[in-house]
Amino acid sequence: MRFRAKIVDLACLNHFSRIINTIAKLAKTCILRLTVCKLYFILSDKVANGGASMWCELSQGNFFDEFQMEGVAAEHNEIYLELVPENLSRALKTAQNAKAVKIKLTNKHCPCLSVAVELPSLSSSSRIVTHDIPVGVIPRRMWNDFKEPSVPDFDVSIYLPALKTMKSVVERMKNLSNFIVIEANLSGEMNLKIETDLVSVTTHFKDLGNPPWASEDGCESNSQGRDLESMAEACIDIKKLQQLLAGQQVNPTKALCNIVRKRIVHFILLHEEVSLQYFIPAVA
Amino acid sequence: MKCVIAGGNVKVLGRAVHSLSRIGDELYLEPTEGGLSLRAVNSSRSAFASFLFAPLFFQLYEPGSTGPDTELFRCKVHMKSFLGIFRSLPSLEKSVGKCLILLKPRASRLVLQLHCKYGVTKTHNLAFQECERLQAVFDTQRCASRLCAPARVLAEAVVHFPLTLAEVTLGTGPGGKIGLRNYVEEEAEPSKTMVTELWLAEDEFQSVAVAPGSHITFCLKEFRGLLSFAEASNLPLTIHFDEPGRPVIFTLDDTVLEVHLVLATLSDLESNSQSPSTNGVSHLPAPSDDFPDDLESYMVAMETSEGGLEGPPSPTFPLRTPRPAKSQPEEKEEEEEEEEGAVPGTPPHKKFRSLFFGSVMTPGRPDPATSQEVLAEDSDGES
Repeated sequence: MRFRAKIVDLACLNHFSRIINTIAKLAKTCILRLTVCKLYFILSDKVANGGASMWCELSQGNFFDEFQMEGVAAEHNEIYLELVPENLSRALKTAQNAKAVKIKLTNKHCPCLSVAVELPSLSSSSRIVTHDIPVGVIPRRMWNDFKEPSVPDFDVSIYLPALKTMKSVVERMKNLSNFIVIEANLSGEMNLKIETDLVSVTTHFKDLGNPPWASEDGCESNSQGRDLESMAEACIDIKKLQQLLAGQQVNPTKALCNIVRKRIVHFILLHEEVSLQYFIPAVA
Repeated sequence: MKCVIAGGNVKVLGRAVHSLSRIGDELYLEPTEGGLSLRAVNSSRSAFASFLFAPLFFQLYEPGSTGPDTELFRCKVHMKSFLGIFRSLPSLEKSVGKCLILLKPRASRLVLQLHCKYGVTKTHNLAFQECERLQAVFDTQRCASRLCAPARVLAEAVVHFPLTLAEVTLGTGPGGKIGLRNYVEEEAEPSKTMVTELWLAEDEFQSVAVAPGSHITFCLKEFRGLLSFAEASNLPLTIHFDEPGRPVIFTLDDTVLEVHLVLATLSDLESNSQSPSTNGVSHLPAPSDDFPDDLESYMVAMETSEGGLEGPPSPTFPLRTPRPAKSQPEEKEEEEEEEEGAVPGTPPHKKFRSLFFGSVMTPGRPDPATSQEVLAEDSDGES
């Protein structure tokens, strides 16, 4: 099992660091899945994570100059590692003017992802900073726990409002309540609501647009049969929503959410090179 | 004592106070013929800093009446009060033209007066306490190793370590390189702790005179305070160090200013009963092998020493016995009774913790509970 990769382009490094920062805000520990073409950051919906789960997928070719991977076996050419993304974020934080960043899977006192940053210096040789991030290797028999979650059978799918606006609204609401209700309908309207003993606050968004989803048998989505005005709502932990919004450092190309009434809210954020899905279950 | 600081030097004084505030809660002021000395020590006596401003630093410097019978007046003030006056460095630079410090022995207050723009004068009256001389015992001449680098290089090196990191290990490595590594405590699980290591080439330093294979571990937080002062003043920083356990001394030198920061360093557990000078093993390049070995020999020492040889010290003594060089009688005479002379030993609370709990926890290693003496029997017993 081997892995080594190298980034030399500063823009790619910067972009990769930002993605890691976002992941670090969403999960204390997560799974990194490496395949020949892609990297995945996975958080499964265990109770320890508060039931939230995450699936983030990026194409290695968009970031790495060199990428070599050998999985556990020829027919299972993948590597699953458990790590603390905050460590990776810290290692990359001070690498922003690096000449090159190399990441390697090593086994020092324990399996580690070694990040070696080559920095410019005034002397004849570069400065090298290495960060050894301890990782856990996930055995193949457990790989089934980390399959890509399927898109739930949602009641409403809607594009999100400008994330910056949504973030400042949610941050203020966080001071008043632990839970927030997201509701939306198929007419492009969304409300964010909190309610406590003392106060209830609702922010209304409209003209958001609903993304078209083709149903499996190829015919048009059956939204025509549904009441376009009726709201589908779910009450979720406000902190999880705030973490998702706070972690976004760049505006995504597309941002939408799928609401399953009283069950779960599924957020999809798409950038050019990376897609992030985040599932927040509804509370009773 | 009366002194006046003018112009840009007010900000330098402010920065010095900021640096000292990272060390201790009290600021010691000691006017001497050679200048005004500001000092601080931390509560565990493992860090000491002094800034000596020469008379030339001041627009006016009168240390005070120095008759043959009267000693120069020394006092200490609350660090917070003093720091509050110099809290905002940018506004010091912008609006303060002159700073007057006035201390009359029979006065009840230390007076600090800032003469600002537009005719504004801010006068601060600080309560003070008379005190004895605060002096750490150290000698840079006795240090086997010395490094000198521009502050910028060290600041750039230290930036890769998190702000919360307590200790860092500095040492020599292959190819004459100088390395910095975060120190992982023995109690921490090695499979959960991230290790960061940085290597600097010899030519990044202005001078390198180090004993091969030497290394020391000291508190990074306390060092950062001095480092930001050095960076702002653009002065090269010299690091004098010796074996683990002996203090490391950081110095800055200028025509009008002399700065010393003395920090205790962690001593190697396995060099406890050996002669330190023979411990020339190069530790830094292969640190992952080092620490478990330390623990192993330490654990062996715990289990085999039955009070005969130098076994682990009793848990009630937080400081290790200072090495003989430190407590020589002629040095003790200079120290007054009340101030202990602040011999920076091994940081007491850390060693205390690992000694008191006896067995150092390594994963998978059985707890030698059987070899610990029971200090208090269960009163219920097993009846």
